Amino acid sequence: MTTRPIRFLHRGAVVEAPGFPPMTTVLDWLRLERRLTGTKEGCGEGDCGACTVALGRVKDGRLAYEPANACIMLLGQLDGAELVTVEDLASGGRLHPVQQALVDHHGSQCGFCTPGFVMSLFTLYQEGAGADREAVLERLAGNLCRCTGYRPIVDAALAACSTPPDDAHARRSAATAATLADLADGDDVFVGNEEAFFAAPASLDALASLMQRHPDATLVGGSTDVGLWITKQLRTLPKLVHTGRVAELRTLTVTDEALTIGAAVTYGEAAVALGALDPDVALLLQRLGSAQVRTAGTIGGNVANGSPIGDMPPLLISLGAEVALRHGEAVRTLPLERFFIAYGRQDRAPGEVVTHLRVPRLAAGEHLRVFKIAKRHDQDISSVMLAMAVRLDGGRIAGARIAFGGMAGIPKRAEAVEQALDGVAIDDGAAIGRAVARLGEDFTPLDDHRASAAYRLKVAANLVIKGLAEIAAGDRSATRLTPLRGASHAA
Amino acid sequence: MRPERDGEGLRHVRRSIRHDAAERHVTGEAPYIDDIREPEGTLHVVPGGAPVAAGRLTRLDLSAVRAAPGVVAVLTAADIPGANDVSPVAGDDPLFVAETISFHGQPLFAVVAESRDAARRAARLAVIEVEETAPLVDVAEALAADADLMPAYAFRRGDPEAAIAAGGHRLAGELRIGGQEHFYLEGQAALVVPEEDGTFLIHSSTQHPSEVQHVVARVLALPDAAVEVAVRRMGGGFGGKESQASGWAAMAALAARLTGRPAKIRLDRDDDFVMTGKRHDFLVGYSAAHDAAGRLEAVSVQFAGRCGYSHDLSSSINDRTMFHADNAYFYPQVHIHSRRLKTHTVSNTAFRGFGGPQGMVFAERLMDRIAWATGRDPIDVRYANLYGSDDRNITPYGMTVEDNVAGPIMRQLEASSDYRRRREEIRAFNARSRHLKKGLALTPVKFGISFTTTFLNQAGALVHVYQDGSIHLNHGGTEMGQGLFIKVAQVVAEEFGVALDRVRITATHTGKVPNTSPTAASSGTDMNGMAAKAAAAEIKGRIAEFIARDWQVPVASIAFRDDRVWSGEKSVTFAEAVKKAYLARTHLSAAGFYATPKITWDRPKATGRPFFYFAYGASCSEVTIDTLTGEFTLDRVDILHDAGRSLNPAIDIGQIEGGFVQGMGWLTMEELVFDAKGRLRTHAPSTYKIPTARDVPADFRVAFFDNPNREDTIYRSKAIGEPPLMLANSVFCAIADAVHALAPGRAVALDAPATPEAILFACARQTGEV
Repeated sequence: MTTRPIRFLHRGAVVEAPGFPPMTTVLDWLRLERRLTGTKEGCGEGDCGACTVALGRVKDGRLAYEPANACIMLLGQLDGAELVTVEDLASGGRLHPVQQALVDHHGSQCGFCTPGFVMSLFTLYQEGAGADREAVLERLAGNLCRCTGYRPIVDAALAACSTPPDDAHARRSAATAATLADLADGDDVFVGNEEAFFAAPASLDALASLMQRHPDATLVGGSTDVGLWITKQLRTLPKLVHTGRVAELRTLTVTDEALTIGAAVTYGEAAVALGALDPDVALLLQRLGSAQVRTAGTIGGNVANGSPIGDMPPLLISLGAEVALRHGEAVRTLPLERFFIAYGRQDRAPGEVVTHLRVPRLAAGEHLRVFKIAKRHDQDISSVMLAMAVRLDGGRIAGARIAFGGMAGIPKRAEAVEQALDGVAIDDGAAIGRAVARLGEDFTPLDDHRASAAYRLKVAANLVIKGLAEIAAGDRSATRLTPLRGASHAA
Repeated sequence: MRPERDGEGLRHVRRSIRHDAAERHVTGEAPYIDDIREPEGTLHVVPGGAPVAAGRLTRLDLSAVRAAPGVVAVLTAADIPGANDVSPVAGDDPLFVAETISFHGQPLFAVVAESRDAARRAARLAVIEVEETAPLVDVAEALAADADLMPAYAFRRGDPEAAIAAGGHRLAGELRIGGQEHFYLEGQAALVVPEEDGTFLIHSSTQHPSEVQHVVARVLALPDAAVEVAVRRMGGGFGGKESQASGWAAMAALAARLTGRPAKIRLDRDDDFVMTGKRHDFLVGYSAAHDAAGRLEAVSVQFAGRCGYSHDLSSSINDRTMFHADNAYFYPQVHIHSRRLKTHTVSNTAFRGFGGPQGMVFAERLMDRIAWATGRDPIDVRYANLYGSDDRNITPYGMTVEDNVAGPIMRQLEASSDYRRRREEIRAFNARSRHLKKGLALTPVKFGISFTTTFLNQAGALVHVYQDGSIHLNHGGTEMGQGLFIKVAQVVAEEFGVALDRVRITATHTGKVPNTSPTAASSGTDMNGMAAKAAAAEIKGRIAEFIARDWQVPVASIAFRDDRVWSGEKSVTFAEAVKKAYLARTHLSAAGFYATPKITWDRPKATGRPFFYFAYGASCSEVTIDTLTGEFTLDRVDILHDAGRSLNPAIDIGQIEGGFVQGMGWLTMEELVFDAKGRLRTHAPSTYKIPTARDVPADFRVAFFDNPNREDTIYRSKAIGEPPLMLANSVFCAIADAVHALAPGRAVALDAPATPEAILFACARQTGEV
């Protein structure tokens, strides 16, 4: 197996970057190296979208453009992709349709966020599906504008993204796809030396052996977390190993029994399969991060980083997921809830790699409810997140997995409540009330900037009550502020 | 030349013309400070902040910082040749801490390095030792410690305390109103280029280039004339770059002075959150008496505002809270008392509305309290308390409200929003819905237009006409996205009767128009539009006189329209007329000046006419809350706003909608959390949440209330920058209305921002659960 530097397509030419500091971000490369200053830094942590660029990749046989936050994306992650920025859209002296629509609808005021909006809308435009308001809002959740109040931007998006794409990028998509196909190979990417490198192995064997050789290396999935270690904490991470090219980790297998999600599968790639489990899961994935974050961020990363406030672990625990790891040649699996030991500590040895997650489907009689509480509907970290799978047997609760995020130093099940609920009639409000009162035995949450401990305990109890009431009623329509999409409300 | 006709024949003004930089915004070609091509050798400046909120700096060891790769210099208070003061007014904002630490993150030093990355890394290597003292963090702590930053101030009429004591219907309460981070998308930034003879050219992202000039000169011990400041645009300002852009420019200027090299500063977003001031938060205590019908008899209110560690603009800001504590309502007997508190937090500053919104949130809560007590519909309580036209029209500060249209606006909106029918529907919904409750509110806005610091109400412009007939436009106002530049260009093109593209908009520059006021107080278009119009009229008059002489016709017969100069049927192109005028030695450049008329303010006596006029508006919001979680959705918004005769309806709609959404964010989701040690815990968009596109309802109906300004403003328009922010009051009131539905008749205890936590606990109090 040979190794090679990174290669990506930019402005019609293949860029080969044989040597670059491993921590170089896409934004710094654009602004400082290439002096392309249309792409802005608003926050440096992937939350405002001013740095949004579009990445073209071949997916399911056709070229697809996805938005990404250049500020926290590492240059090495571009390998095999086309990078499109706001400078690349107007052609022949004419604005791109999304640019023209923004102008026509008075969609910019100060203009600083505008390039990011343009690029998010460019990706929507390329989908050509006749975007409706919901699609526009979903695509723009990661773009903050402080001036306009968004109405004219949404109007512009609806006007521009209603027709099949007919711009320079769409017209040359076949040629672009062919170029990208040439770039895609099974070679391992390695830039640097044994002390400092960016590596993107192509196979699980190569990843495992590299990590065995460099157990001190930092694994990078989408860099939506590691990126902030670089831009905000200014950590020095000399050895970066990107999982995004490892073929075995990029697979998503769906069977009648379970989903098997490779650790490098992004939220966006898993959204349809996971969302099919239950409309609540679809809604959670829509609210998790933003389009930019879901393009890059991986489900495996959300598990492996052990965050107490990640949204995937409570969901996966409630579904009874198992996590698989590989260390050198050794392979093991364990129930996901056992992976999280304590705050900042996971059951993962140095050099060990999360390879995939196995997520069983809900069994007959099992009902799932997922609730995310945050100050803002879109792109906000949960103050409390609940996922619970409840099995009913003859109107009584016959087992429940109730998992919370934001309530402890790790994602954690409410075992005392689960036990207290066992055998309780689903419509026995008094017994349910007594059961949720035991939440205080399960959790001692913290006061922090997202919520007080008192609120967390209270809303956690209410969410269990709400979820059980919905299951009892067989209906979610009377209890939800926003209708669930794409599925019936029936339990 | 010709008298202003009411809209007839206008070619540019009152038209929806796009922002002058719209095409450059969408292509990424519009340069902000960090996009300006750096001169060779530009250095990068990064501040290092205090690790505690209060205490004494006992040791600052910067040797590791100096030794770090790429570091060229490290700046401290000892390096300042002039005054260690970057304050706008009071002399109490050091550029760098010399000894006393006043807030967490306060700059102690700055690193100057070859790259921004090198400077950031080096800044973390400082060894800082302090004698930490206990900080006063919030308003309650400052009140308990009697930590007044400046003397209290009050408006009083009658004996409200006695009237309240004797009143048949009394109420009293407390309300907390949170602060707000500006979150301009472009953070604080400046690029300083040293020029010959010890002078400096500064590109700054500031609303107040003259103040940047003055502050830099003060810090560097230079005359003002040695410093030039240019501002082409800001990536948002919202008040956050009125006084608080100066310090960063001064820091970079000091770096340039000491190294002799260009120097740039661009704050990291987290530093920007931590190191720059915010909207003032308040604790409001009030009591009032009203009659059985809900009409107020007396009001007594105390505003306790968190100013932070220094004065900044807090005196004027807290004054404006008092000026707007009445919103649109007549308080027969009234005492409005204001305490301005000193805390060990960053110095709070201007933010769109400048203290006014907090006063108005109180006024609307007062109306709701009366409605809850009397059982009347809140809209009827509001009608009952509006200022009158001929009586009941004197404000608590003695100004007569002459232009009141709050009632007509509200009644028109009540009809167009179908308020009464929806009120009934909501009542029915709430009766049948257990967990979800709806709320509805229709609230007015009345906002005073003028700087209450009277001398600031002046503006200058500079217009040149070149020999080819192209026009150079410059004025003291700055462009922060609000469309000021295009509006003033419309005025100038209109004046000359030429196509808009003949007018070249140029960067604000202290070398062209001096002694400018900040672009603030919604006054940008009113004042700079008038000044530019005056300059254009002056040049036009000279051209007209020349043409009249040349053609042997009366000056009064000369007209400028359609890019030509006319007398009767005879005409010549504008460019030809200009060329001929030039050859005849006509002065084709003029400075224009404007000072707002009529305004007076005697602060010691608390009386006068601080405002030229008032801008009005009203909004109606419908919300649904989840009483199990405290979440809410904004379901529909209707707005009717008074922009006078709008100069540019598309731009003004943008101000209305944008202001509303910003206000909605402030009152619902934007929460500044300081911990007990005075550290800001919400210091980035990951933790401080401003609205996204989804938070704006699909059903969002915005219209103008047709109401030409009765005062002689630029084309009878009204100021539009700040007033719409307060339209968001209806969202906050609608949420309270929804909570009220849980137990009608009981006063809702909901503070701002109405986060899920605040709403859930308000629900719990409403039902008596806690």
